Amino acid sequence: MTATAEAVRIITRARGVRQARTIAVIVVLAVLVVVTFCVSLSLGDFKIPVIDVVETLFGGGDRATEFIVNRLRLPRALTGLMVGAALGMSGAIFQSIARNPLASPDIIGVTYGAGAFAVFAIVTLGLTGVAVSALAIAGAVLTAFVMYVLAWRQGVSSYRLILIGIGIGAIATSVTSYLLTKARVEIAQQALIWLTGSLNGRDWSNVRSMGLTLAVLTPLIVYLVHRLRILQLGDETAYGLGLRVESSRLGLIVVGVLLAAVATAAAGPVGFVAFVAPPIARRLTRSPGPAMIASALLGALVVGLSDLIAQHAFGDTQLPVGVVTGVVGAPYLMFLLARANRVGSGG
Amino acid sequence: METSVEPSHSLAAENLAVGYDQREIIHDLSVRIPTGKITVIVGANACGKSTLLKTLARLLKPARGRVLLDGKSIQSIPTREVATKLGLLPQSPTAPEGITVADLVGRGRYPRTRWIRQWTKTDDEAVAAAMTSTDVLSIADRPIDELSGGQRQRVWIAMALAQETDILLLDEPTTFLDLTHQFEVLDLLVDLNKRDQRTIVLVLHDLNQACRFADHLIAMKDGAIVCEGDPNEVITEEVVRDIFGLAVRIIPDPVAGTPMVVPLGRHTTRSDRPQDQTNGQDHTNGDQASGGAVLDMAGGSLAAQALSASAAASGICRPTDR
Repeated sequence: MTATAEAVRIITRARGVRQARTIAVIVVLAVLVVVTFCVSLSLGDFKIPVIDVVETLFGGGDRATEFIVNRLRLPRALTGLMVGAALGMSGAIFQSIARNPLASPDIIGVTYGAGAFAVFAIVTLGLTGVAVSALAIAGAVLTAFVMYVLAWRQGVSSYRLILIGIGIGAIATSVTSYLLTKARVEIAQQALIWLTGSLNGRDWSNVRSMGLTLAVLTPLIVYLVHRLRILQLGDETAYGLGLRVESSRLGLIVVGVLLAAVATAAAGPVGFVAFVAPPIARRLTRSPGPAMIASALLGALVVGLSDLIAQHAFGDTQLPVGVVTGVVGAPYLMFLLARANRVGSGG
Repeated sequence: METSVEPSHSLAAENLAVGYDQREIIHDLSVRIPTGKITVIVGANACGKSTLLKTLARLLKPARGRVLLDGKSIQSIPTREVATKLGLLPQSPTAPEGITVADLVGRGRYPRTRWIRQWTKTDDEAVAAAMTSTDVLSIADRPIDELSGGQRQRVWIAMALAQETDILLLDEPTTFLDLTHQFEVLDLLVDLNKRDQRTIVLVLHDLNQACRFADHLIAMKDGAIVCEGDPNEVITEEVVRDIFGLAVRIIPDPVAGTPMVVPLGRHTTRSDRPQDQTNGQDHTNGDQASGGAVLDMAGGSLAAQALSASAAASGICRPTDR
């Protein structure tokens, strides 16, 4: 039937235009991430040309560069990359579930919960390293669990989830502040650096645990994104289309929380990345969906660039990466909200 | 156009009791939806008509009783399988910002795809057919947010059509539309019913539209069915007064011949002409003969009649619902 063929051609073309744009954005972002990555490996007390860095990464280079690149700088850069990607995807999941750009894990309390537990570990229990990370993950998961249970009333409405999340975030923040006032100054400072989000002194153990988590979660994400696209149409429509709404939402929340938790455990609550990366990704791809790949790449790019700036832009002073993401992220949020208000579309 | 080759599916409910939280809205309701017909559910606000539709669509789980799809309890059938037989258009569906028409309609294919099975030519053809019959093909690449209310509603119907279900449930599909777009949507539903013998169930507010477009009319009050059947038989002055608490006159629709409901209200014109007084008198006499719910309203005055009707109505209408 020629009419049907013509109709099929029209909708295929409509879809093709969007896909082409998404792919173009992903390619450009991937190139930028790789460039940032290589530059961050080349800069430092001992500058190595980018060409040599690339050579070293592929197994060449002399022993000195091999040591500096692979031992000293690569773990930090890789951790930053994966932290950014995890935060970007976590934000994309939460914002799509809630159909609200405010619902990122760093706004609705998940990372605050992780922070409170980590500070408890550092200040009260005197722990360091892996133990702090483990408690941070426990804190994030527990916070999310309490949030979900409190928001449950014959199903979880997104709106209630956000409000309760913000409330729990406030409680976690006040617990953190209380713990900090009780702490000795040196220890409080150590806790504060953790709370700002820092990539200083990351080694291969961080890379391995991040990498492992991402490897486990990625297939789950691929599986659940399909459902997320239906969940975005609202609960009733999603039911009508035969989606098991509550179990899908729970699965997505679990994955989102785990992503945010391991990222926070690895680098502290690096602010605004989960919040800012997905909206930029959606705007660039003009995607109505969660834009997971673009969000992950943008998260990685934001963290990578911010860490470059934090390490090298201020001479001898090295800042924690969270300071830079905050400075970059906050104005973007304000711009976004102002623009959305003018358009009247709610972001 | 190819018609669906699947056998028609049947939908019914047995002794339903449904409510939200502690409050029960529907107490004991049984109904059979005629297959291949257009069924319209009418009733006052908070009479439970949307609740009934949502329960039929398995959005609400009944406290007692069950909904039967092809004779089997709908709760026992995997929800995805139900979605290949029964489609739903909620009252105010939400679309993600910036989604295009083709993308949204395509999501209607969800129950027929698996995450591992990629999009196929069949899916493309189903989407194309759905968009052709709702006449939204020319706006395939436009974002939903830019469309008019009527266009948007046709896109949502197209999404439900892409599901390729025999049964289509729509919750007040005309509520936010102007008159032209209301008829555009209703005419489209008749087309879909005539062409593919789809079973269509919808909730409507406008009684005249309900009479014109329904093969089968269900009138509800206080969570129960007052009467159902052919609109010509269901819509009488007594029934309308019973379910809405509003005094009306019924005349044949000059275009379609179906019943047309003309409310009396308290003021027939701005200056209440005297001849209406006599009409009201006739009307009241009729009521007394039929022994309607407003028998105690012996006064012949039209105003008194309407006043007590609206008092009765306030007993029925609980605007807190929905």
